[in-house]
Amino acid sequence: MITLPASPSPWLDLAPGASSSNRVVTAVTDTLAVCGRNLRVLSRSPQALVFATVQPVMFVLLFRYAFGGAIHVPGVPYVDYLMPGIFAQAVAFGAMGTAVGLAYDAKSGLMERFRTLAMSRTAVLAGRTLADLVRNIAVVVVMAGVGFAVGFRTHAGAGGLLGALLLVTLFAYALSWGFVALGLVVADPEAAQGAGVPVMFLLVFSSAAFVPLSTMPGWLHVIGAHQPVTALVDAERALLLGRPAAGDVMSSVAWSVGLLAGFAVLATLAYRRTAR
Amino acid sequence: MGEAAIVVDDLAKSYGAVVALEGIGFEVAPGTVTGLLGPNGSGKTTTVAILATALRPDRGVARVCGRDVVRDPAGVRQMIGFAGQFAAVDANLTGKENLVLIGRLSRLGRQKARRHAIELAERFGLTDAADRLVRTYSGGMRRRLDVAAALVHRPPVIFLDEPTTGLDPESRLWLWETIRELVAGGTTALLTTQYLEEADALADEVVIIDHGRVVEVGTPPALKARVGTAVVELTFATGADADAAESHLARSPFAAERAGSILRVRSEHGSAAVIEILRALDGASSAPTGVAIREATLDDVFLALTGTATEASAAAVPGGHARGAA
Repeated sequence: MITLPASPSPWLDLAPGASSSNRVVTAVTDTLAVCGRNLRVLSRSPQALVFATVQPVMFVLLFRYAFGGAIHVPGVPYVDYLMPGIFAQAVAFGAMGTAVGLAYDAKSGLMERFRTLAMSRTAVLAGRTLADLVRNIAVVVVMAGVGFAVGFRTHAGAGGLLGALLLVTLFAYALSWGFVALGLVVADPEAAQGAGVPVMFLLVFSSAAFVPLSTMPGWLHVIGAHQPVTALVDAERALLLGRPAAGDVMSSVAWSVGLLAGFAVLATLAYRRTAR
Repeated sequence: MGEAAIVVDDLAKSYGAVVALEGIGFEVAPGTVTGLLGPNGSGKTTTVAILATALRPDRGVARVCGRDVVRDPAGVRQMIGFAGQFAAVDANLTGKENLVLIGRLSRLGRQKARRHAIELAERFGLTDAADRLVRTYSGGMRRRLDVAAALVHRPPVIFLDEPTTGLDPESRLWLWETIRELVAGGTTALLTTQYLEEADALADEVVIIDHGRVVEVGTPPALKARVGTAVVELTFATGADADAAESHLARSPFAAERAGSILRVRSEHGSAAVIEILRALDGASSAPTGVAIREATLDDVFLALTGTATEASAAAVPGGHARGAA
């Protein structure tokens, strides 16, 4: 039903909620509004969802059935070694969607419009990364289901699985802030994709995600041993296989929190820069 | 009446070595429309973006409803609606979802945002399309939605950057009417345009800018009085013929401007002047091969005010630069 405002001059009925509104409440409601919009958009661009799930599923099948027979990891069925790597790879490659989506907003003028609204400044980025967090949770849950279907088992019960997936999600959240910064800097969807793919490819395939570092040449071993994806998959495996995990978990959490802090600063600077 | 709704003073902005604004200033009275008229790259978009708090100026003052865009951007944002040069709407949301989102982010509650969205969709002729994804919209529908989004929280001041560029003639007339209605209801509007006709149709006052500077300020009738309402173009077979006609015309009340083998004569009396001009040419050693009458354009205003054509039209004239009489 349409009710016209009682004011004789309807276009001057104004200053909604102006000064009284609490900044924190504003930030939360705006973040949720932006997040809701991004999730809605995500659900309507099937290619983004396909990119987020079909590709990791193909990697599961590839490594489980095509390459897996040739890879021997002492003391662990390969599928149990593989799945922690798959979780990490799925969120790492999915994070590219953050940069692409944000670059699209920058290019279409939507970011500019957001800057002229009486909305919370932080909500633009926080809403985007929150939506990505929700997407990533869905992705790891789906991938866990796919893992179970191809023979993956946790050796430490539901607690171990939950802990591993939480670590993956934290890492994914940190990464999405990095891709926010990238998307804002390049401001072009294709360029964002082009810049993101090689970085993630190198990071994932130089890590212990699919094969033990000990099988790699010395120089690659050194790189692989000092990067966040290896820290993440080591911690996941320790949790899932029921081994002593505290050290690995600490290491992965430290990487993720450090990256999150650094990326959040970069993203904020990049966002401010767009207003100059 | 107090302070003007929009006050701009000595505003300057550069992007690296490129100077976009070199200290422009103007005011807009409440409840009026001001047209910012200028060619591409003159600084129109930069001015509006600074006023809408999307950009920060390097120097100068800009206030909207008494609120400073640099010191109180949040205060300014509560008073303004902004539609940029490109339809900044989300193609993967429906029209209504776009309006509700902008409404909620403009501090309307969820209920109010929804109510305003439905009202605006109806007002902008988008009711049937309101639940369709914007990626299925035509360019004109997108633009209408974009302008509607600038109004969803009913701001007292609106900024529209080339609102009718790319619109079909019918949508353009419709948008003009909508802007007139808003202003009749008390809204203050600043719009940029490249078209004299548009400024003439809508604006109470026109600010002409070029190369980041204000060239002229005035009401549309005052500007047209300086330029004339019509331009008569006389085409000659050769430059020599045009020369002869030009010197012959110099003895008449009509001043001609040369552009190659074309003479342009501006007239305040519309097309009625054609007969007088041709009469004045009587007895000249050359006769025109073609006579055309057209309405005065932005280019003519620039020609009259600055002595140079706009870059866009200079490029469009075959055979090089159109030069005004010095």
